[in-house]
Amino acid sequence: MIGLNLVYPFAGLIFLAFAASSLRDRSNPKRFGNAGFYALIALSLVAGDHLGDLGNGVLVLGLVAVAGFGLMGRGAAASTSPEQRSEEAARRRNRLFVPALIIPATALAGTLAFKQMPTAVDPKQATLVALSLGVILALGTALLWFRPRPMTAFDEGRRLMDGVGWAAVLPQMLASLGAVFALAGVGEVVGGLVGAMIPQGSLIGAVLAYTLGMALFTIVMGNAFAAFPVMAAAVGIPLLIQGAGGNPAIVAAIGMLAGFCGTLMTPMAANFNLVPAALLDLKDRYGVIRAQIPTALPLLLVNIALLYWLAFR
Amino acid sequence: MLVLSGILIIVAGFLLRFNPLLVVLVSALATGLAAGIGPLDLLAAFGKAFNDSRYVTVIYMVLPVIGLLERHGLQERARTLIAGLKGFTVGRLLLGYLAFRQITAALGLVSVAGHAQTVRPLVAPMAEAAAQQQSGEDERDEEAAAMAAATDNIGLFFGEDIFIAIGSILLMKGVLEGYGISIEPLHLSVWAIPTAIAAFLIHGLRLWLFDRRKSRR
Repeated sequence: MIGLNLVYPFAGLIFLAFAASSLRDRSNPKRFGNAGFYALIALSLVAGDHLGDLGNGVLVLGLVAVAGFGLMGRGAAASTSPEQRSEEAARRRNRLFVPALIIPATALAGTLAFKQMPTAVDPKQATLVALSLGVILALGTALLWFRPRPMTAFDEGRRLMDGVGWAAVLPQMLASLGAVFALAGVGEVVGGLVGAMIPQGSLIGAVLAYTLGMALFTIVMGNAFAAFPVMAAAVGIPLLIQGAGGNPAIVAAIGMLAGFCGTLMTPMAANFNLVPAALLDLKDRYGVIRAQIPTALPLLLVNIALLYWLAFR
Repeated sequence: MLVLSGILIIVAGFLLRFNPLLVVLVSALATGLAAGIGPLDLLAAFGKAFNDSRYVTVIYMVLPVIGLLERHGLQERARTLIAGLKGFTVGRLLLGYLAFRQITAALGLVSVAGHAQTVRPLVAPMAEAAAQQQSGEDERDEEAAAMAAATDNIGLFFGEDIFIAIGSILLMKGVLEGYGISIEPLHLSVWAIPTAIAAFLIHGLRLWLFDRRKSRR
């Protein structure tokens, strides 16, 4: 069955190509650091399941050593000049969009189709399999059309990857930190603190503690999934559902969405907030967060109001 | 209480701008040791979770295609296309993208769009071009690019919870079941709709204001 067993090695091979491309980039004074970093990610993607838990831990230490001691850099981008690009854009016109649109179109069609073939494709991973297929089709189309030299596509991809740099593995690091927090019982302590701050018998106090707790704990953890079990256990279930008779579906659903408002406001949600700033070459690495806060705060208020009005009828 | 030291380390590390990977590792170390977990067990737990969450890193496989297309003028073509459309504004573009992202996410199609596959090659250059045209400024409009990325996130977050098979719905169902409360996923996803509408209205209003601000200059 096609699933992550093929998606991970495919992504791993692309990282291996990034590593090879880095080695050849003499304009980057720290090219060995970049190459090592991408090679370790490639190793994790290709062979992570065979390394064992401790082996993966050592691999993480390697990644942190390369990034933490400033061994990564960026070279002078050896790409086409703005003038060449404008000239090509004028000549190739809207056909340039075709390979770019193959990726979302295949991801869309593939996801729908693969769900109908549960024996051929793992239904849980249909989206990632479809996305990989889209990348293969788009890359094939672009290679046939432009006929670049073999390494050019990976050199160009690595140029973008260098912009992201160590931030690429930050989401995985934070997910792992979440696992350690869970093991150490951090959630229970936080939940206890929040629970202790609620005035006795106050419904609005409990609603505020639950929703604001979801948002704040998500800001710290970068992930509403880590906050939900804690806040549900500390406030949601004992006070809102069992105590005040709230509708469990509404308490759960809106609590999670209050957490998502927190996700919009924190650098800890690296893949949503820091990585796009790097991908878009923004000077302000918190630019995306700044653009989101004025939506996140009013939406958090709306969630508080919705929970208060809808859940306790 | 000592296990909370990890949270303090995270906050302080970010504020002092240490390398975040290093900060996260030190935080995990402090938390684990405070809870009495041995260093090797801690490293193994960390490694296991790292291996289990590899799916977030898979998205970078789109970069060779995007980079190759950029080399041949994709971003420039996206800008030219926008410049040729009359009555096209950054606000309308991003409002349309917000609707597209929320609707596809609500249908469970979360990987159809995203920062690497649609925002960097298409939406951000179009938004920048439209904003520059409206304001008449030549310099790169990073604010418009940031707004494009923000619109992608907001559309995704407040669309996906309407889909019944998404991770957060399954997590909620699982947690509630642990307390003997059984709920159909559909009942959870229905209650994501009011917030989804509010998100569209609030962010849509902000996009409209953003549009007006860009046009006035």
